[in-house]
Amino acid sequence: MKVVTVSGPPSSGKTAVILKVIDALVANGTAVGVAKFDCLSTDDDKLYEAKGIPVQKGLSGALCPDHYFVSNIEACYQWGEKQGLDMLISESAGLCNRCSPHIKDITAVCVIDNLSGVNTPKKVGPMLKSADIVVITKGDIVSQAEREVFAARVRQVNPRAAIMNINGITGQGAAELATLFQDAHDIDTLKGLRLRFSMPAALCSYCLGETRIGESYQMGNVRRMDIADDTGGAK
Amino acid sequence: MRGAEFLQVPLSVLLKEQPFVRDFFEAQGILPEAPDSRTVERLILDLPEDVLEDLGVGRKQLSEDFVSFMEGMAALAGDDGIRVRSLTVFGGCDKAGKPENVQLTLKPGDVVSIVGPTGSGKSRLLADIEWMADNDTPTGRKILINGEAPDKSWRFSPEHKLVAQLSQNMNFVMDLSAREFITMHAESRFIQNPDETVNLILKEANKLAGECFEPDAPITSLSGGQSRALMIADTAFLSRSPIVLIDEIENAGIDRKKALELLIREEKIVLMATHDPILALMADRRVVIRNGGIRDILDTSEAERENLTVLEEMDRKLLELRNRLRNGGRIEEIN
Repeated sequence: MKVVTVSGPPSSGKTAVILKVIDALVANGTAVGVAKFDCLSTDDDKLYEAKGIPVQKGLSGALCPDHYFVSNIEACYQWGEKQGLDMLISESAGLCNRCSPHIKDITAVCVIDNLSGVNTPKKVGPMLKSADIVVITKGDIVSQAEREVFAARVRQVNPRAAIMNINGITGQGAAELATLFQDAHDIDTLKGLRLRFSMPAALCSYCLGETRIGESYQMGNVRRMDIADDTGGAK
Repeated sequence: MRGAEFLQVPLSVLLKEQPFVRDFFEAQGILPEAPDSRTVERLILDLPEDVLEDLGVGRKQLSEDFVSFMEGMAALAGDDGIRVRSLTVFGGCDKAGKPENVQLTLKPGDVVSIVGPTGSGKSRLLADIEWMADNDTPTGRKILINGEAPDKSWRFSPEHKLVAQLSQNMNFVMDLSAREFITMHAESRFIQNPDETVNLILKEANKLAGECFEPDAPITSLSGGQSRALMIADTAFLSRSPIVLIDEIENAGIDRKKALELLIREEKIVLMATHDPILALMADRRVVIRNGGIRDILDTSEAERENLTVLEEMDRKLLELRNRLRNGGRIEEIN
């Protein structure tokens, strides 16, 4: 089975793009399934179900969503095998911009939108920087020049990715993107494969349920802001 | 210079010779504050582990990214663009599977209009050209450049981007003035004399727009016509893409004839999806789309060309009335 990881900031158009790509994949006779990861709630699984696409939904709740992803993706793979799928697409939102679900040797896609601002590409970490394919959405809302400037900014942080503009509403570009999904190679298991980049560490008192504010309640992996002391200067 | 050689150059030298190098280090969040004479390789090796950890990038990836960034930029700045002498579209099938049986060849300076009802497949034809379709899109069309199948890698390389698309929507979302915005675009294109080009674009855009705008006007405040005028001038002078696809520029409040002349003067192949009789007749040919397929290709006839003069006169009168209205006049007399 082939596996493709799709990530991107919330509301960038991941589901819309995947749905359009699936149309093209199904038309080519590919059996596709989706593992949808979210935090608190999602109805996107119903959108996949409405198309007759097998879907697994996972809500991370009070846990870090990407840690949750990596602890469950192998089980999703096993599920996909049992379903007899040719391709499993995982969809997960990168909420803190530092996380990334991308796995070495597994086709990695990042979805980012033109409306998010020209400085967004440099704010997004490994989810964008280590992707093989960067999909830029909502291009129909902005001008040609803005699309080009945005794509140039993406290229600065990820010079090696294939950058594609896809319209999640009309599906323009999705058939083309589907051909890249199909280029993913077949694997037998995810077990033993590695993430492309380690996830952010968080092991402090707040991870364990502490809610009080103040230095005396902080334990473990704590980092202080560098706040300059400028009280001495004349104003 | 090529490949890994870029890694052996001191950063300060690179920054001086190739200012865009700054963009890479800034975007990656590793631009040193003071001038730095270390080689890029050394700089990357010296980055502390926790900085890399925070940025979410490894040393190897950073070096490789830097090298591909430099190679990409060199290709973009160099003369590696494609000289398109001809563009050929081999027909595929319409939505019912009926073969199109057409072959359409276009050369620089050619203007072709694409007509057909909404949803008939005009945008699909434009998309097939942009993707350089090779029997791998729903229509099964095939595109040749200079009589040959283009290399697949061109689809993803900005330096080989064949097509600039002027879409129906011309909204801006960036918080910049017209001058700042065009300058930013010029920089992303490695234009040699950005100021000169930017001034030219602003001047030509103002010639096209019904109402003039100041270079310092925020782009978000421009009217629909002004935005289009700006984007057409921008495409004519900044875009390296030899093919321009225009999706519906009617009702735009711009001088359409001048707009087309500007694009043709810059030796572009222009394809435009339109319902506007003036634009359609300005084209040498028009492609008729029905049910997803090319139904017909019409040459603009002599009689049509004569009618174009009549249509332009009608258009001129309308424009005059529009201006009269704008200036507080009455429309009691039409001559």
